[in-house]
Amino acid sequence: MKMPASLKNKIAIVGVGESDIGKIPNMTGLGLNAQAAKRALDESGLKISDIDGVLTAYSFTEPYFMLGSVLCEYLGVKPRFNASVICGGASPAVMLKHAAEAIVSGQAETILVCAGENRATGLTREAALSALLAVGHPYFEQPYGGSIPGYYAMIAQRHMHVYGTRREDLAQVAVNTRAHALLHPNAHMKKPLEMQEVLDAKPIADPLGMLDCCLISDAGGAFIVTSAERARDLKSKPVYLQGIGEYHTHEHLMCAPSLTEFGATESGRTAYQMAGLGPQDIDVAELYDCFTIVPIIELEELGFCKPGEGGAFFAEGHARIGGKLPVNTHGGMLSHAHAGAAGGLFGIVEAVRQLRGGLGPRQVQGAEVALVHNEGGVLSSHCTLILANDKG
Amino acid sequence: MEHPALPLPVANADSKPYWDAARERRLVIRKCNSCGQLHFMPRHLCPACWSDQLEWVDATGAGSVHSFTIIRRASDPAFAPLVPYAVALIDLDEGPRMMANIVGASALEVAIGDRVQVSFEDRGSGAMLPQFIRAAA
Repeated sequence: MKMPASLKNKIAIVGVGESDIGKIPNMTGLGLNAQAAKRALDESGLKISDIDGVLTAYSFTEPYFMLGSVLCEYLGVKPRFNASVICGGASPAVMLKHAAEAIVSGQAETILVCAGENRATGLTREAALSALLAVGHPYFEQPYGGSIPGYYAMIAQRHMHVYGTRREDLAQVAVNTRAHALLHPNAHMKKPLEMQEVLDAKPIADPLGMLDCCLISDAGGAFIVTSAERARDLKSKPVYLQGIGEYHTHEHLMCAPSLTEFGATESGRTAYQMAGLGPQDIDVAELYDCFTIVPIIELEELGFCKPGEGGAFFAEGHARIGGKLPVNTHGGMLSHAHAGAAGGLFGIVEAVRQLRGGLGPRQVQGAEVALVHNEGGVLSSHCTLILANDKG
Repeated sequence: MEHPALPLPVANADSKPYWDAARERRLVIRKCNSCGQLHFMPRHLCPACWSDQLEWVDATGAGSVHSFTIIRRASDPAFAPLVPYAVALIDLDEGPRMMANIVGASALEVAIGDRVQVSFEDRGSGAMLPQFIRAAA
């Protein structure tokens, strides 16, 4: 099949924003989106009237149908380019790709990409978990009482069986990510986490316990994309898209082609090829981490280690800030925030910040190239992107 | 505390023969008469070659456990009284993979690779749900 046309160095991210994160009962989901959008726009130095495109994802907490135009209406923006993208957790990276395509083809010049929900306070915990049941197939999976943690647990179980990945390797992912979150002023989780606490946490679906599962936060995230040309004379230091690729293999776990090989290999291949870079060129990686098994698999599929070695990569400390490849330097969805599509969006926000530099103890020294991977469903939809602080 | 009833199978135009067969304690899967491929989740056309020349064939009901989890906290409140229980992906001997519970006395001792055999759970009104029991060692 033909490789997608190159989007290298054609667009830049010129502003990123996070809403307040955690339990924010005084704000709606749309309010969180708006707060993040305002912070991103302020950072870019652009005006509201410069925004001619808006992309958003979906919300489980608010009763709107056409969320794309709902958000524009709320923000008072009348764009030429607008859509709601529903690729689950992969949506933010896919939205960046759609934004890049629209800018390169001249459909829009400056696009606001936004996502977020008030999942912590806008829904009861039970309602949030029930809403997520929809990820299971309604007729052939849901009658068996599985759950999202349960589906990912089956993937973890298989990884342990095939490769000998240990329960402690999974736990190490949670411990690492928490250590990074403590360096982030806006992270949901503020307390240190020990390995034993992860192992002793309330069991959810074997082998996963409560602390192997992502947070349920109130949070919104946003970034502003514009042409590389327009980005040159803006207030913030532009971060350029080098490569981006997506790949979709299934939706429901029972239809996954494999429980050990997913679509990240292919989305990564496309992104690397477009960028003209390989895993050895990446200084920092922000990998989707809805459950501890997921970044282990992504490290393997994206070529940072061999299949089966992702657990050891974490256990040996290579994924820590200061290690071979720092992973989820903001604290990921396990410890920074998870609220619908905003979870993966914060990986993009963090990659941009790392490439701009100046993050103090959280800064990956000399970071010039970052990789972000988003996945949605049950490792079903994948999108990988590579960003750089220089056109290279 | 009142718990909602367990979900009943819902038949639609793609799946009615599957659920009708289940009521007769038969597990059936789709076979493509054009390319010969078998698949589990019933569809209007073959996902390999897009032929609409499909038929239903009886599966032996024998298979093995590809992976599993023990659910300790149910997301669906209807299942809360049943925890802990096993959910598994079953590779049918014919090839296709499906999801089901492992049921029976030793269900929680399930392991990857276990041989299993289909059984049927009555969810009420005669609606039967295919489930699997570990084969005697």
